[in-house]
Amino acid sequence: MIRIENIKKSFGDVEVLKGISHTFEAGKTNLIIGKSGAGKTVMLKILVGLFAPTSGQIMYDETDFLSLDKKQIRDLRMRVGMLFQGSALFDSMTVEENVRFPLDMFTNKTKKEKDMRVDYCLDRVGLENANKKYPSEISGGMQKRVGIARSIVLNPTYLFCDEPNSGLDPKTALVIDELIQDITVENNITTVINTHDMNSVMEIGENIALLHLGELAWSGTKEEVLDSDNDILQDFIFASPFLKRLRDKAMQTGAK
Amino acid sequence: MKSNIFYSFGKYLGMLGQAFSRPEKISMYWKETLRQMDSIGVGSIVIVALIAIFMGAVAALQFAYQLDGQLIPMYYIGYIVRDLAIIESAPTITCLVLAGKVGSNIAAEIGGMRQKEHIDAMEIMGINTASYLILPKVIAGLFVIPFLVTLAAAIAILGGYLATVPTGTLSDVDYIRGLRAYFVEYNVLMMYVKAYTFAFILVTISCFQGYYVKGGSIELGKASTNAVVFSNILILLSDYLIAVILTV
Repeated sequence: MIRIENIKKSFGDVEVLKGISHTFEAGKTNLIIGKSGAGKTVMLKILVGLFAPTSGQIMYDETDFLSLDKKQIRDLRMRVGMLFQGSALFDSMTVEENVRFPLDMFTNKTKKEKDMRVDYCLDRVGLENANKKYPSEISGGMQKRVGIARSIVLNPTYLFCDEPNSGLDPKTALVIDELIQDITVENNITTVINTHDMNSVMEIGENIALLHLGELAWSGTKEEVLDSDNDILQDFIFASPFLKRLRDKAMQTGAK
Repeated sequence: MKSNIFYSFGKYLGMLGQAFSRPEKISMYWKETLRQMDSIGVGSIVIVALIAIFMGAVAALQFAYQLDGQLIPMYYIGYIVRDLAIIESAPTITCLVLAGKVGSNIAAEIGGMRQKEHIDAMEIMGINTASYLILPKVIAGLFVIPFLVTLAAAIAILGGYLATVPTGTLSDVDYIRGLRAYFVEYNVLMMYVKAYTFAFILVTISCFQGYYVKGGSIELGKASTNAVVFSNILILLSDYLIAVILTV
């Protein structure tokens, strides 16, 4: 579980986050949603320690993240996995080497043990035959899967995903969403996903936080999304004219 | 402007402080160091050899032209080419060329990693990125650049020989006599002091430019150019300071 209290962040005179408090629950897919510029990426970068908040508190279970020294942060980060928007795979390494990298860096496992773990993780994300390929030789969807495999190779307690579906077709995006959710439940990971993909919200949104102009505008589950009368949420969910027409039609016919 | 220079210098020292901290795992750093040795060293041999051979050849021909008709013995050509190569041209010209080739490459590689979030990914894994990305490059540079400088000095001397002896400007006996005349071991020490200093400057300045790059491709190009320009300026400045310190 990760709990944030009154997180504020300013860049110069611009206040990007204006005192956000929220709890990201363990074993659930926690979504941060919002329009571009709402502060989602800044929020995620603060959560993983790439940005320091101007004020506020971040609790990783019982650990106060902001009071840790550099070494303690590094130790904590070994329990953190992150999937980047662009996958951030190392170009000079093969798929297998990318996934193996954290194992080589932080564990003293034997080569056989590492091979087994790498094979398991690649198998888990459905990439059995791509071990020797370079990132430039595989598709965007496959790169995301390698990114997921690399982020879970050290059995993380916390998993962060920045726009995991960006640049993917809806079907592949769904596969990635389901994969992240399955891994979250299987390993009881606290997963935080930053997205503005509505399909993700409705498929895997177990705990959703809507950011709007740097504030927490709404929070709830995917089941609560459609019932909410929060204008900002409704405006965000039904931003597309197509969805708006569907909603209006449904309302006319009395369907939900 | 002044405060900007001090700010950058402080940031540079901070980066070095981080880079020289204890590695997470020696074997991984060693692997990366070997990769960098290959990239900096093996990848630069041809260009260094090519420049060195012409450097020696031109120096020999121009001294032959200047000494022609003078009372100074012609075998001095070998002596001058040798000392010029060892004291100045091999360390300085080689490192200026390497600042262009290796320096821009390092800045672009690290800057590209910053832009493609590779550095963020490593940070989140718990890796000291300044150390992992910079320390192996510094060690590799300090190991292979003095080797390249030594090679450049030898090839420059050979270049001088090829430009004068086969063309009949000088006999091989005279050239070799010149090479063996008035040899001072201290000059070799000076060459290595310069080589190590320049190597450190060009690698760390280039890493600094790449590591803190922000923005897009224009900024990356700028960082790459800055790596070359600042390395060259600092190499020339330190060349002068070393000359003052070691020869006065």
